[in-house]
Parts: sequence; C-alpha cells; structure tokens
Amino acid sequence: MAKMERNRRTLLQGAAWLGAAYTTAGWRRLAEAAEAPITVGFIYVGARDDYGYNQSHADAAAEVKKMPGIKVVEEENVPETQAVQKSMQGMISQDGATLLFPTSFGYFDPHMLAVAAKNPTVRFAHCGGLWTAGKHPANTGSFFGYIDEAQYLNGVVAAHATKSLKLGFVAAKPIPQVLRNINAFTLGARSVNPKITTTVIFTGDWSMPVKEAEATNSLIDQGIDVITMHVDGPKVIVETTAKRGKLVCGYHASQAKLAPQAYLTGAEWNWITAYKTIIDAAHTGKPHPNFVRGGLKEHFVKTSAYGPAVSEGARKQADGVKARMLAGKFDIFTGEMKDNTGKVVIPKGTTLKQTDVNLESMNWLVDGVIGKA
Amino acid sequence: MPSTVVRLWPHRIEALVLPLLALVTALLLFGLFVTIGDHSASQAWQLLFLGAFGDAFSWQNTLQRAAPLMLTGLCVALPARAGLVVIGGEGALVLGGLAAAVLPQMVPGLGGASGKLALLLAAAVSGGSWIALAGWMRQARGVNETISSLLLSYLAIALFKHLVEGPLRDPASLNKPSTLPLGDALQIGSIGTYDVHWGLAWGLSACLVSAVWLAFTTHGFATRIVGGNARTARLIGLPTQTLVITACAVGGACAGLAGGIEVMAVHTAANAALISGFGYTGILVSFVARHRPLAVIPVAILFGGFGAAGSLLQRRMGLPDASVQVLLGFSFVLILASDGLQGRIAGALNRWLDQREARRPSATPPITPPGTAA
Repeated sequence: MAKMERNRRTLLQGAAWLGAAYTTAGWRRLAEAAEAPITVGFIYVGARDDYGYNQSHADAAAEVKKMPGIKVVEEENVPETQAVQKSMQGMISQDGATLLFPTSFGYFDPHMLAVAAKNPTVRFAHCGGLWTAGKHPANTGSFFGYIDEAQYLNGVVAAHATKSLKLGFVAAKPIPQVLRNINAFTLGARSVNPKITTTVIFTGDWSMPVKEAEATNSLIDQGIDVITMHVDGPKVIVETTAKRGKLVCGYHASQAKLAPQAYLTGAEWNWITAYKTIIDAAHTGKPHPNFVRGGLKEHFVKTSAYGPAVSEGARKQADGVKARMLAGKFDIFTGEMKDNTGKVVIPKGTTLKQTDVNLESMNWLVDGVIGKA
Repeated sequence: MPSTVVRLWPHRIEALVLPLLALVTALLLFGLFVTIGDHSASQAWQLLFLGAFGDAFSWQNTLQRAAPLMLTGLCVALPARAGLVVIGGEGALVLGGLAAAVLPQMVPGLGGASGKLALLLAAAVSGGSWIALAGWMRQARGVNETISSLLLSYLAIALFKHLVEGPLRDPASLNKPSTLPLGDALQIGSIGTYDVHWGLAWGLSACLVSAVWLAFTTHGFATRIVGGNARTARLIGLPTQTLVITACAVGGACAGLAGGIEVMAVHTAANAALISGFGYTGILVSFVARHRPLAVIPVAILFGGFGAAGSLLQRRMGLPDASVQVLLGFSFVLILASDGLQGRIAGALNRWLDQREARRPSATPPITPPGTAA
C-alpha cells in the first residue's frame, strides 16, 4: 500500500514537473516568436521577371517583404539539382532562415525532403500540392491553387472573341495539372458555343521560347484566332500572338503590359494568400500548415482585368460564372463527360469537386480538344 | 639577345600566373560593374570569397557543384587531346543517367557495392558509346565531330524524354514524369559526415587517372601524337582510328558516369531535372583548363565556387543571377585571351636570368643542346 502511495506521489510530482516544463517552453517559444524577426527564403527555378510562373511568386514575395518582422532572402534560376539543396541549406546556415518557400514543382522530391530531414526545426512550404499526411514529415507542406477555375473563365471570354471558332493552347507537357487547364479552358469555351474546338501543341518542356513561338505561329497558320498557354514564361506566346494580330488569354501573371490591345484576360496566381497563412503560423509558433489549397473563392487565384477587345456580352457571362464560383456554387467537372476519343470519363450524375483527388491524376483531354494526352 | 638556356620553370610560373592575372582582372572588372549597378564592390568581393571558400559549408557547396563538372570536362578534354572538338557531353550524361536508372528494372536483385558498380558501368558504357559514335562518324565517314556530337546530344535528350515520359514512366510520377525510383541499396551516399557525395571522389580519380594515362603510358603518348599531328601519327604507323575512337569513348564514359552518379546520388530516378547543362558547362571547363585533365580539377572547383558564391550574392545583395554570369563571362574571355600573352612572361624571365648570368664572370658557359635554342 505504502509502495503504491509513493508511486502515485512520484507520478504526480513527475506530471507537475512535466507540465511546468512544457508551459515555460511554450511561453519561451511564443515570446521568441513575438520578438525575433523571422527570415523567410524564396527559391525560383527561373528568372524573377519572366512574366510568368516565377514572377507570380516573386511579386507575392515582394508583398511579404513589406510585412513587419519578416526578412526575405531570394534566389532565382536555381535548377532542380544539388544546387537547390545547397541553396536551401545556405539560406538556413548562412542567413538563418526558418521558413523556406521552394517554389518549383521539381524541388519537392528528392531535394526539399532531403534538406527537411536534416533540418527538422525549419519549416518548408512547397508549391505544387504533393504533401501527403503520414508519408511526408510535419515540418514540410505544400500549397496550391485551383487555377483551372480562372482558365474556365479564360475559355468563356475566348469563346466570345473567336470568329473562326478555333482556339489554340500552347502547353509544356501532358501532365495532369496541364491537362486539367486545357480541359477547363475548353469546357468554358464550349459552354458558350459547343462548336468551338481547342487545338493543343505540347512543346515538351517548361521553358522553350523558340518552340513556343513556332507553336504559336503554327496554330495561327491553322486559322486559330485566340490563344492561351501553360508554360513557365508566356511572354513569347503573348508577343507572337499580338504581332500576328490575334487575341490572347494570359497565364500565371498578367501579361497585359506586353500586348495591351490583344490581351483579353488571364488566369493569375495570387500566392500572397497562401504565403500569409503559412508565414503567420510560423510567426506565432502555430503548427505548420501542411496542406493549403484554394481557388477563386479563397483568393488563391485571380483573373486579369478585361482588355479592350472583350465585348460587353463576354464580360457579363464571365462575371456571372465568376460570381457563382465565388459563391462556391459552380463545378467544372460534372458528368456525363466524354474525352476526345468518345470514352466516358465522368459518368452521368457524378460531380468531381475541386478537392477531388481523381482530378489530380487526370490523363484525358475533353471532347472538343484536338490533340493527344 | 635570344635565350640560350632551356629553363622549364619560367614556363611553369607563367602557366600559373597568366590565368591568375586574368582572374584578378575579371574580379576588378566585376567590381566596376557592381559599382555601376549602385552596389558596394568590396561587399561583392567579400561575399564572393565567403560564398565560395569562406567556411566549411561553402567548401562543401563548391566541391559538390564541381564534382559533375570534372567528369563532363573530361568528356571534352580527352577527345581534344586526340584532336577532336567534342561538345555533346550533355547527351552522354543523360543517357548515362537513364542507363543507371533502368538497369535495376531489367536485372532485378541488384544491390550493394557490386550492384552500384554495375549501374555505374552501365552509365559509363552508354555515355561512352554515344561519344564513340561521334568519333567513329568522324573517322569512318568524315562527319564533323563538333556538329555531330551536338546533334547526337539533342537526339539523346529527345530519346531520354520520350522514354522517361512514355514507356519507362513510373505511373505514380504524375506531374514530374520519372522512371521508377532506385532502391536505397543502389543509392550513393555522402562522404563521411560531409555534405558532399561520392561523385567528387569519382571526378577527382577520373581526372588523375586520365592525367597519368596521357602523361606516362605509351597509349596516352600515342593519343597525344594523333592529336598533335594525325598525318605524322599515320606515317609512323599508329592506329589513329582506334586511338581517336578510344579517346572519345573514354571521354563519353566520364560524362555517362556523371549522369549515373547524378541519378544514384541526387535524383534517385531519371527525369528531366537531369538535363541541367552540366554537359555544356563541361565544354567551358575543358577549354579553360586547356584540355589538361589535371587542370580540369581546379577549373571545375572554380566553376563550382562561382555557383556557390552566386547563390550567396543573390541572397545578401539582391543581385540578379545574371550578375554571376557576367563575372563568369569576364573570367573566361580573359583567361582565353591571356593565351595571347603566352611566352611573354617566360621570355621576360629568361632574358632577365640570362642578363644576370652574363654579368657573372665566373659562370660556366651554358650548355646548349643542339636544336633547342629559342
């Protein structure tokens, strides 16, 4: 009995000590978080001013710089090799960064995971949506946006602008993310006029300026009069289209400056929303948000302001769809949906919500797309 | 008065001083460039040193970046010593990487040291045969090897992409098409506790072995004769065809090895990230090293250092990545241009020594071997 008594006392004592230790540790961490400014690192695979993917991140990073208590370090043109591992480690060891944003898709595996394993106290937020609970460590995470919503709106606007009823899409690689954009764009256009087709050309890689120009010219030679894209830097495609007197919808960032007359609208990222969520958590010592996603409604993506060539009817219809998307009452991928070989890919009565994982392994092109996935 | 004594060391000093002078000039020019851009030149110089060689982390950063460049540098240097300008190392590298990634799928159960060696061998053989093909086309069909190796490299990259994104694609690699990942047993780790993988050891050994081969073996000597004058080589009965193709194959094997190591130590699978330009940077490395395998080592380290330093310059000073490219451009144009000064420093040194000796009355008359007077 006495023994048990003692046991209980030591246990209680132990628990009290543990509790006190945890509380003070918690306080200390909180105090530290409130006082010390944190250093945040951003890494881009291309140039910061590429009028595309990398610029969309760099623009948001410029916003982060204005936030109080945050120091930003940046690096551009970092390839997906050992170089990015060294850049991440350098930001940690040389600059004291405690939160990193490796923004290129290919940085995740193996590079970010390797560096994260060596630095368990540093937070890593990868852009691309690959993080899986249980499989990847808690100090890593990923964020992404449902930009296909904005591509759908691109399609609606493009459908009103086309005279030949032929649209063009210059894409990098036939991977799920890209196919989803091509399909959303085509579905948006065909919601206006079901006779419209989208012709796709894959260039084979993310940054191929010469091939992108060739693809654009070839599409226009086929009678296509509105073009959009999914490549890292849409600059060349936008400029080429404008030079040929055709119209263009942008992607990643606004390219309106490059072609003020030919630019209709565009699907843009709004990374600052995701950045703020993740940085705030790091600043206040809350757990690292591992899985951050959103679309138009959550302000993860946005659309460019309409250009002068967009008709009143087009604005009205696109704004109508956008309002329904913002209210969470619009689904892009609803059954029955057939691919361009006639196969049913979404059965009747089924609706794939944006969060549906089936959409992330998309390997088909919807009816109305001319091209092969 | 022309020098009458053959002295080797003035030439050795010159070989060291000339590139150093070029580098210092490049750094000065870079400082000027940075100042024009409204940044502090002294801070830039300080960061360059700190980022490349300042502490243990910087050294590991530099050496890690240098490792693949030693191997791709050899891919240009070795054929060059046999008289060929091969610039298609990138193709050999990606094919080497592909071979290393695919072999375990064809031969299951590979593992341990022997399995790793088998993968590296597969990488070397595929890279070697690709460059040997360019060499053979030159020897047998008279196709210009510079053009053909470059075109073969485009072909290799297209083939690589087709296979990785098509038949060999791991279905689980959705948005980053890759081959099936290598198991842990086939991956190459770091050297001890350092953050540098064993690829560095392979790069260093390849450079050393190549240097020994060229300098001290009959085969290497014969290869250099072919490179010096192919007609003379044929006249004295050397098998020029075989020698040239062998040099190409060995060079290609080095680049293939680089690809295999990239896959086994870094990427764990073959994917488009492998096509990152190491093969093309190797061309610069080799030309700056004047195609000497031993010189490839410090030049590759210099290149790695520029990369590492550029990383820090961007982060600390907010300079664009292009600024390091400017420094790189200054350095290499000046190093290559300093070739034009070859013989000047050595000549001046010799003249000075001659005069000094002439002033000394008790000096024994210099021995002049016949036919060596400058």
